[in-house]
Amino acid sequence: MKGMTIIVKTITRWVKLFIFLFGIYVTLTGHLSPGGGFAGGVILACSFILLTLAYGKEYALSRLSLKTAKSLDSIGALIFLLTALIGMWVTNVFFDNVLQKLFPGTDFMLYSSGFIPLYNIGICLKVGAPLFVTFIVMAAMRIRINDKGEREIIQEEEEE
Amino acid sequence: MMNSILPLFVAIPLGASFLIALVSRKRKLPADIIANLSTLSLLVLSIIIFQARGVYKIGGWLPPAGINWVLDGFSNLFLVIINLISICATVFSIKYMKHYTGVYKYYSLFLLMTAGMNGVVLTGDMFNLFVFLEIASIASYALVAFGGEHEELEASFKYLVLGSLGSILILLGIALVYGMTGYLNMASISKAISSSGIGQVHIFAALLFITGFGIKAALVPFHSWLPDAHPSAPAPISAMLSGVLIKAIGIYSLIRIFFNVFGMNSIFGGMLIGIGILSMVIGVFLAVGQWDLKRLLAYHSISQMGYVILGIGLGGFIIANGGSLIVASLAFLGGLFHLLNHSVFKSLLFLCSGSIENATGTRQLKEMGGLLKKMPVTGTTCTIASLSIAGVPPFNGFWSKLIIVIAAMQAGYYIIGFVTILVSFVTLVSFLKVMRYSLWGPVSGILANVKESPVLMVLPLVLLALLCIGMGVIALPGVTEVVLKPAIEVLVRGAEYAGYVFSQL
Repeated sequence: MKGMTIIVKTITRWVKLFIFLFGIYVTLTGHLSPGGGFAGGVILACSFILLTLAYGKEYALSRLSLKTAKSLDSIGALIFLLTALIGMWVTNVFFDNVLQKLFPGTDFMLYSSGFIPLYNIGICLKVGAPLFVTFIVMAAMRIRINDKGEREIIQEEEEE
Repeated sequence: MMNSILPLFVAIPLGASFLIALVSRKRKLPADIIANLSTLSLLVLSIIIFQARGVYKIGGWLPPAGINWVLDGFSNLFLVIINLISICATVFSIKYMKHYTGVYKYYSLFLLMTAGMNGVVLTGDMFNLFVFLEIASIASYALVAFGGEHEELEASFKYLVLGSLGSILILLGIALVYGMTGYLNMASISKAISSSGIGQVHIFAALLFITGFGIKAALVPFHSWLPDAHPSAPAPISAMLSGVLIKAIGIYSLIRIFFNVFGMNSIFGGMLIGIGILSMVIGVFLAVGQWDLKRLLAYHSISQMGYVILGIGLGGFIIANGGSLIVASLAFLGGLFHLLNHSVFKSLLFLCSGSIENATGTRQLKEMGGLLKKMPVTGTTCTIASLSIAGVPPFNGFWSKLIIVIAAMQAGYYIIGFVTILVSFVTLVSFLKVMRYSLWGPVSGILANVKESPVLMVLPLVLLALLCIGMGVIALPGVTEVVLKPAIEVLVRGAEYAGYVFSQL
């Protein structure tokens, strides 16, 4: 049987959604309360790591494949960079928060401080996805030398 | 014009790096195209911006709270060097990296490293400098291990441990400076230090910086990682590491902090001269006995960096002791000119070694022979680069070494001048060995079927060889005014850097 005992699985089934939602909450309200993209990304990655620990890596990877996670990593960085470049395009100042200047919003509401929530989302993806990938690679991958003498990275066989 | 271009030096390589990781995972062609286009555009931009000067405020925030980027003659010189070698290395990589798997990772890391180096030479903020330095360093740790073989992983791990130690020391130094002055902005720190004078904590921080950046630049007491790390990397990366990385994150930061932030005095100048002479002498004597071509070149990097630090430290020492400003400028000219020359001929030598290794499958000098007949273009360019680094006229290395010797003689340090000439002679001996065993002589048996490398690999070699022949003209008075004079002025002005930055805001 893959994964941990029935107790762990049941508890995980109950809390996984709350952890995931809490990660999103921390990310989106990063400009209002403690937290932000980095903390939110780590919490999001933790929910997937918990799935891996409780149910085994096949279950976690069926929810978020390595390929998607790697793409999310690059997309997060590109979101951050493009947001910075928008400022340069509009007012000729790199990292200028033009959204805040044009549409200020109400202070202390979810929609305020312009680009800062967008930066947080970018950071969240950039931190969370690689953390999950790193965990999976270090926990479940190994390097094997194949028949042609080349190195390849494979998923470790599950021991029954 | 500066305002619309300056952020692109970091934005273009970063964007290209993540784009390659996103779109080019299966096929190699898009990665080749994106990487070469981005490095080409960076070179063009750095030439366009060469005459521009100014201060750029990130996000429109004023220092000392905000981060500012300072573009002066010194930064401009480094931008051109970095991006010139980057384009040569990426063009060379198209064919050279054909045999490796996961080339998109290579290009991605390569561009991250370029972004880090461009950031280091542009920034005017201590912590920002540390961040960019770490981006460049961490990318280079991974690139050294790119081959994935036992030897490469070992070299990379050694580099990782020592490089991280250097980073930690630099961070501690920055923390001490921040604690003493309350600023992270270089210009504000410089102003605070020049009003309070240099205390004991400042000297401790300065020693931490010398150690930290000394590790990054592989100056002699801290050089042990370089002879392992540089030969283990793929050839274009060796060219980048030896050609620009140790200069941009080591020498540049050291000079910027000692000349512009702390202000030069005779103790710091004396230390730089001492480290320079040590690196020069020990590096070259370690190099003579090597039989692995890339390892020999790596040891010579240590020795040639000694020349650069010696020239610049000598200039600072003369100014601090109230000596002639003209002699000091001459020493700065020698150091900076040699830095420029070294990045060209050392990159050329490493690319040549890559071309030879790609064709013959060996790096051992004893197994080669007669390559000038078998690989005429690589052989010729390798000869030109060897003569340049050995200081044979009329190639570029001769002029910069000559200027350093003249400056040392005019300042009355005859022993330094003598040591410089001696080291240059040993360098010549060691490269005569390279030419004798690899290029001249009969064709060795196992190399009978060797062919010249493909055009795309030879093209950057020819370009850099032409630069080696032609760059002697930079020493001429009219050309120096444009190319090196602005950088020399930054060093001569020293701590007046702060006033310059605040006047440009």
